Amino acid sequence: MAPPAATSTGESLARPEGWGGIVADWSSDQRTFKNVPWGKAMMWIFLLSDTFIFTCFLLSYMTVRMSTTVPWPNPSEIFALHIGGQPIPLILIAIMTFILISSSGTMAMAVNFGYRHDRVKSAILMLVTAAFGASFVGMQAFEWTKLIVEDGVRPWTNPFGAAQFGSTFFMITGFHGFHVSIGVIFLVIIARKVWRGDYDHGRPGYFTSRKGKYEAVEIMGLYWHFVDLVWVFIFAVFYLW
Amino acid sequence: MAHAEGQQHPISMYLKIWGLLFVLSTFSYLVDFYHVEGYLRWSLILLFMILKAGLIVAVFMHMMWERLALIYAILVPPVLVLVFVFLMTHEADYTFVTRGVFFGGP
Repeated sequence: MAPPAATSTGESLARPEGWGGIVADWSSDQRTFKNVPWGKAMMWIFLLSDTFIFTCFLLSYMTVRMSTTVPWPNPSEIFALHIGGQPIPLILIAIMTFILISSSGTMAMAVNFGYRHDRVKSAILMLVTAAFGASFVGMQAFEWTKLIVEDGVRPWTNPFGAAQFGSTFFMITGFHGFHVSIGVIFLVIIARKVWRGDYDHGRPGYFTSRKGKYEAVEIMGLYWHFVDLVWVFIFAVFYLW
Repeated sequence: MAHAEGQQHPISMYLKIWGLLFVLSTFSYLVDFYHVEGYLRWSLILLFMILKAGLIVAVFMHMMWERLALIYAILVPPVLVLVFVFLMTHEADYTFVTRGVFFGGP
C-alpha cells in the first residue's frame, strides 16, 4: 500500500510566548510540551516524582531532628578526617561534592558534543563522568565503612547522640548512592552506544524499536544532573546544618 | 531560540557555570570550616544551596531555554512542597513539647 501523501500548509505558525503560550500549549489538543521529545518530557516527569521521594526523606529527617530531645550529633566532627595528624572537618564530603559537580560539568559537555555528532568526544566525556560517579560511590563506601566499623553507628543507635541520626543518614545517603550507581551503569551503556555510532545510523534503542537519536545523551544528562542536584540539598541540610 | 537540533550552546558557557559551582561549593564549605553560627549560618547555607540548584537546573539541564509550559509544570510542584515543610515544622514542635512534658518533669 502506498504511503499517504504528505500534506502540509507549508508554513508553521509562530508559537505565542509568556502566559499566552502556556494557555496555548496546554489547550492545543496536541502534545503539551512543544519542542521537547517525548523521552525528555518523560524523564522530566520521572525526575519530578523522584524529587518528591527525596523531599519526603529530607522532611522526615527535618522532623525527627527537630523533635528529638537528645542533642543531635555534630556532622562537622563525625565526618572529619585526620590528615597530617590534625582533624580537617567534613573534608571527605567536600571532596565528594567537588567530584559530583565535576561530573556534572563533563556530562553537560558530553551532551553538547553529542548534538554536534562528535561521537568520540561525547563518549569519552561520558566515560569520564562515569569514572567520577564511580569514585563518588567508592568514597561513600569508605565513609559508611568508617561509620559502621570504627564508630559503631547503626540505624537504631550511635555513640554521638540522637539515635535518629543513623537511620536518616543511611536512608538518605544510601538512596542517593543507589541513584549514582544506577547512573554510572547507564552512562556506560549510553557511552557505548554513542561510541558505536548507534545514534548516527538510527539503530533501534532498547525498550523501544524506534530509531535512537542524540536526545538520549541529553536525557541521560538530565538524570545525572538531577543526582548532582539532590546532593546539593543533602550536602546543605544534612552535612552543613 | 537554539532548537535546530537539540540544545546548541558554546562549551565556554558550561565551563563558566562549572567554575561558578566550584566557587559556591567552596563558600558553603568555608561556612562550616570557619564555624559561622546562628542565623547567618542558616541563611548562607540556604543561599548557596539555592544558587547552586538554580544554576544546575537552569543551565546544565537547559531549563532556561525550554517553553514556559514545561518550566511551570516541573518547577511549581516542588515549590508547593514548602506547605509540607510548614506543616511538618509545626508537627515536630508539637512532638518536641509533648516529649518534654512526658519525659522531662518529675
